[in-house]
Amino acid sequence: MAQHSRKGAKFQAVTASLLVEGLVVYLTANGDWSESLQDAAVAEGKEEGDALLARADAAVASNLVVEPYLFEVEPVEGGINASSVREQIRKAGPTVRLDLGKQAELG
Amino acid sequence: MYRYDEFDHELVHERVAQFRDQVGRRLKGELTEDEFKPLRLMNGLYLQLHAYMLRVAIPYGTLSSRQLHKLAEIGRVYDKGYGHFTTRQNLQFNWPKLKDVPDLLADLATVEMHAIQTSGNCIRNVTSDQYAGVAQDEIEDPRIISEVIRQWSTFHPEFSYLPRKFKIAVCATPDDRAAIRVHDIGIQVVRNASGEVGYEIYVGGGLGRTPMIGKKLNDFVPKADILAYLESVMRVYNMHGRRDNMYKARIKILVHEIGAEEMRRQVDAEFAEVKKAGHLELPMAELERIQAYFAAPEYETLPEVSPEFEAAKKADKDFANWVRANTAPHRVPGYAIVNISLKPNGGTPGDCSSDQMDVVADAAEKYSLGEIRVTHEQNLTLANVKQSDLHALYQMLEANGLGTSNIGLITDQIACPGLDYCALANARSIPIAQQISERFQDLERQHHIGELKINTSGCINACGHHHVGHIGILGVDKKGVEYYQVTLGGAADQQTAVGDIVGPAFTEGEIVDAIETIVETYIDLRKDGERFIDTYRRVGVDPFKETLYATH
Ligand code: SF4
Repeated sequence: MAQHSRKGAKFQAVTASLLVEGLVVYLTANGDWSESLQDAAVAEGKEEGDALLARADAAVASNLVVEPYLFEVEPVEGGINASSVREQIRKAGPTVRLDLGKQAELG
Repeated sequence: MYRYDEFDHELVHERVAQFRDQVGRRLKGELTEDEFKPLRLMNGLYLQLHAYMLRVAIPYGTLSSRQLHKLAEIGRVYDKGYGHFTTRQNLQFNWPKLKDVPDLLADLATVEMHAIQTSGNCIRNVTSDQYAGVAQDEIEDPRIISEVIRQWSTFHPEFSYLPRKFKIAVCATPDDRAAIRVHDIGIQVVRNASGEVGYEIYVGGGLGRTPMIGKKLNDFVPKADILAYLESVMRVYNMHGRRDNMYKARIKILVHEIGAEEMRRQVDAEFAEVKKAGHLELPMAELERIQAYFAAPEYETLPEVSPEFEAAKKADKDFANWVRANTAPHRVPGYAIVNISLKPNGGTPGDCSSDQMDVVADAAEKYSLGEIRVTHEQNLTLANVKQSDLHALYQMLEANGLGTSNIGLITDQIACPGLDYCALANARSIPIAQQISERFQDLERQHHIGELKINTSGCINACGHHHVGHIGILGVDKKGVEYYQVTLGGAADQQTAVGDIVGPAFTEGEIVDAIETIVETYIDLRKDGERFIDTYRRVGVDPFKETLYATH
């Protein structure tokens, strides 16, 4: 799996895909998975990041999610946003089909 | 049209049952993701940015109306009502759920379709000319040999685990519409001095990280020997191909490193061995059986010029524009080849809704002997339309958003899915194509510019064939931000060339202006009758560099 975070990233979250549907999900603070980035647990610094990623192992083992990885986020007014265009598109859906993906489903 | 025989039928059904079992075991946790991933890839199922993606094989791009109707239905039932036609003449569904894929594949199998050979390190689905069988200067229908290769390569035990994926394209006219020189093997159907039909073979072409143009290895391989010859190429490749480094594992790197001369020597030596063993001679009875499937339909005897058609062109200017750009001469008098553009103004190149698929399938049924072809430039072709039916066909297409008159013009662009869908992407492709399409939407201006191919890829894998676009655009990532690198002078036809990088990359905000500057520079420089590519070949990259970067 390619690395989607930056070396010096301050804030990171963990994302993965649901095995059954293939949909994008985020690891939450209580260890659940949410389709909304706003529910994601945010880790500060490398150590916290690695620890957060390790918490995804259980969901991989139980075949709930596949391919978890860390990515950089940044605080914005009222929540967090993904730092890279790639993760911004994953969190929302295709920029050329605003009627599809989370941008349409999550409102 | 070719219909699967019982053998194929059984194989496809067995494969669906096998994959159903594998998915079941994965969902129950009996297989890990590491164990399952190669299995799903062997069945054309990828995990993309937002969801799974299923790539359906359309051998040499030919579909029946019945098959296209089924694809439309699958789009509605298992996806979000649309599909995406690719530069590999395949169709991709963007949103299937893993749990539904076995049922989806079973539905596909009811129309003799599948997703085999669309992924993994095997010989991929063979691609060919969308004008097969109807082009005026064709030597023989290229789908005959394409089908022979499909049968030979499907599940070939020796070739299921190649060092890398392997792509073969076939073309049978002097005008190459199948981009054969940028494939691992390109086959040009030719006729020798004594009138026999055989094959000219190009080896080692390819795009991606290290673009290469195929080298001609053989001027004339006789029909009976074609499989023996291809098998010899594959053996030499399999023996040497670098399995240790995926960037070096393609045959193009091997040919580049040992040279065409040495490659030819080794293939010839292997060929002598294979021939001695004798069992790979193509049985003529089998060839004839396949040939019969592609026999020309019974055409009506029609006048060279249809008076209704001529009258309709005079009366309906939009129709006349469509005829001018989207139709091509047919080898039978009174018929035409029709190209259906999947590049509407501001649309996504290659996307087609389920409703539109149904319209095209109906149109083919009504006007073109029930057959459709997918082009590697992401359009559709109806190959056998009577001139007298063209106006009615145009109206039917136009009413359903399929009447765009831009084939071969600047807005008829190739674009890969890019960062809107693809997990490997560095940048988005589709929005760039859309913005260019909007900028140049004026049809008169498009005709004034003339033939110009703009190809965009979202990463160096080059699914959007950017290296061989007259103007190529490659999306790159700079610290999480999209940039676009421009190449000029590429071509995928009989004068295949890899484009030259023009200079530093542009931002998303700059790229469309940059394209316009390039186009205007060409207009200023061109001499009578020169297409963009002709002017570029005459003047080179420098004048474009000057106008592009002078203001930067
Ligand atoms: S070129 Fe890259 S971004 Fe485009 S479809 Fe291929 S792998 Fe994806």
